Amino acid sequence: MSLAIHTDVKEPAATLSEKMEEKVSVRLLNFYYGAYRALSDINVSLYQNKVTAFIGPSGCGKSTLLRVLNRIYDLYPNQRAEGEVLLDGENILSPKQDLNMLRAKVGMVFQKPTPFPMTIYDNIAFGVRLYDHLAKAELDARVEDALQRAALWDEVKDKLDVSGLSLSGGQQQRLCIARTVAIQPEVILLDEPCSALDPISTAKIEELIDVLKRDYTIAIVTHNMQQAARTSDFTAFMYLGELVEFDETTRIFTNPKQQRTQDYITGRFG
Amino acid sequence: MEKQHEHIVRSYEEELSLLNNKIAKMGGLAEQVLGQSIEALERRDPELAAATINQDEAIDVLEREIEEQAVVMIARRQPMAYDLRQIMAAIRISSDLERIGDLGKNIAKRAVAVVSEQQPKQLMLGLKHMGELALGQVKEVLDAFIERDADRALKVWYKDEEIDAMYNSLFRELLTYMMEDPRNIGLCTHLLFGAKNIERIGDHATNIAETVYYLVHGTAITDQRPKGDTTSSTPVALKRSAG
Repeated sequence: MSLAIHTDVKEPAATLSEKMEEKVSVRLLNFYYGAYRALSDINVSLYQNKVTAFIGPSGCGKSTLLRVLNRIYDLYPNQRAEGEVLLDGENILSPKQDLNMLRAKVGMVFQKPTPFPMTIYDNIAFGVRLYDHLAKAELDARVEDALQRAALWDEVKDKLDVSGLSLSGGQQQRLCIARTVAIQPEVILLDEPCSALDPISTAKIEELIDVLKRDYTIAIVTHNMQQAARTSDFTAFMYLGELVEFDETTRIFTNPKQQRTQDYITGRFG
Repeated sequence: MEKQHEHIVRSYEEELSLLNNKIAKMGGLAEQVLGQSIEALERRDPELAAATINQDEAIDVLEREIEEQAVVMIARRQPMAYDLRQIMAAIRISSDLERIGDLGKNIAKRAVAVVSEQQPKQLMLGLKHMGELALGQVKEVLDAFIERDADRALKVWYKDEEIDAMYNSLFRELLTYMMEDPRNIGLCTHLLFGAKNIERIGDHATNIAETVYYLVHGTAITDQRPKGDTTSSTPVALKRSAG
């Protein structure tokens, strides 16, 4: 086989994608860390109320891509993106984009749980207070709703005033998801959300992803291929900053079109 | 998909080749049972028939081994894509081969039953010919599996029609013999069942062809193959009015 990377990535078959709305459309995206090009001509879509998984070896650009989707890279100097990322048709890479608005719409959860050193309640309320001015009762309701959605409420409802740091790793991660959900985003980005968790906590997060996709559009970066297979509707395989293959998850894991995808997901030398 | 690269984990590679070897071994045994059973029936050879009947046990043992290994591999390796298809293929093919072995064994049993029959051996010719065709199909499809050759499998798939056609004509032929002379009925009934078994073996070879195609391409054969066996709707009176 040739070592050239295929860039003629086809849209997934009409069966699933035709009826679906594109929530996020990435078009000819290039990303640079200084002079280093980390993403090359990426075209990919996140469909409304679907889970899209990004897989690929370390350094392939999948986390970089996620970081573009809420422009978190803007916090760092010398990092820039070219091309288009349309959220509901609006290019979020435009200099006119209000970044606070964007990050409220596009929430992100990281690999390591990152609770703030404050109470469980305040971990959630903190972000809400930045965007909304709610009366105490409303805020209470918002906090409870977020914790319910993150399947954490039953475990913490009697100790909302203890530190978020006192929770277990799995609970902390669900707290971070609750924190994201509390802002009422439209898109949730999960960057290896389970890599530091035990199997039970992982299962809880995966169950959560299934529930959350009814209300949100979700992108997940994972090194665990089985997790991508279990949780996602679409899968994108990336390699060396390029998108090698994007298709329905069922197809990627049973009958991928590209040799590179096959080699990667089956653990072969490629 | 082009030639597969090796797995990074060598023991995975070894397990897959062990699975392939077992299928090949099982296929060899199934071919042997089929070939010998037809020979035993043709020569009315009870010793060969008995030996053939005993051989089927080894096929059953292999089927269980393959199934167990496949289940363990699914649990331990969580196979994906081509690997997953290889393991699915092993399970399916081994179950088809087990059925082929059983049907072959059944033919051998009929060979024992017809030993004392005195009718001319030319009655056997059609059945022998049909058996050879089925045996060729089984051999060819196993080669297609080992070579991962979907085109070859597809040829086997299309060729099954010939077995079906032969079965239809054999059905009518045996019916005629039975109507000519009631003393033929015992033997011909056994031969008819033998022919039906061979026709079924052809269908299992077709199943394997479909599996090989799926293994290679990841999709099912989409073409429609005409269903060839029409004997279930053939009226018995047909011959009488014709002859």
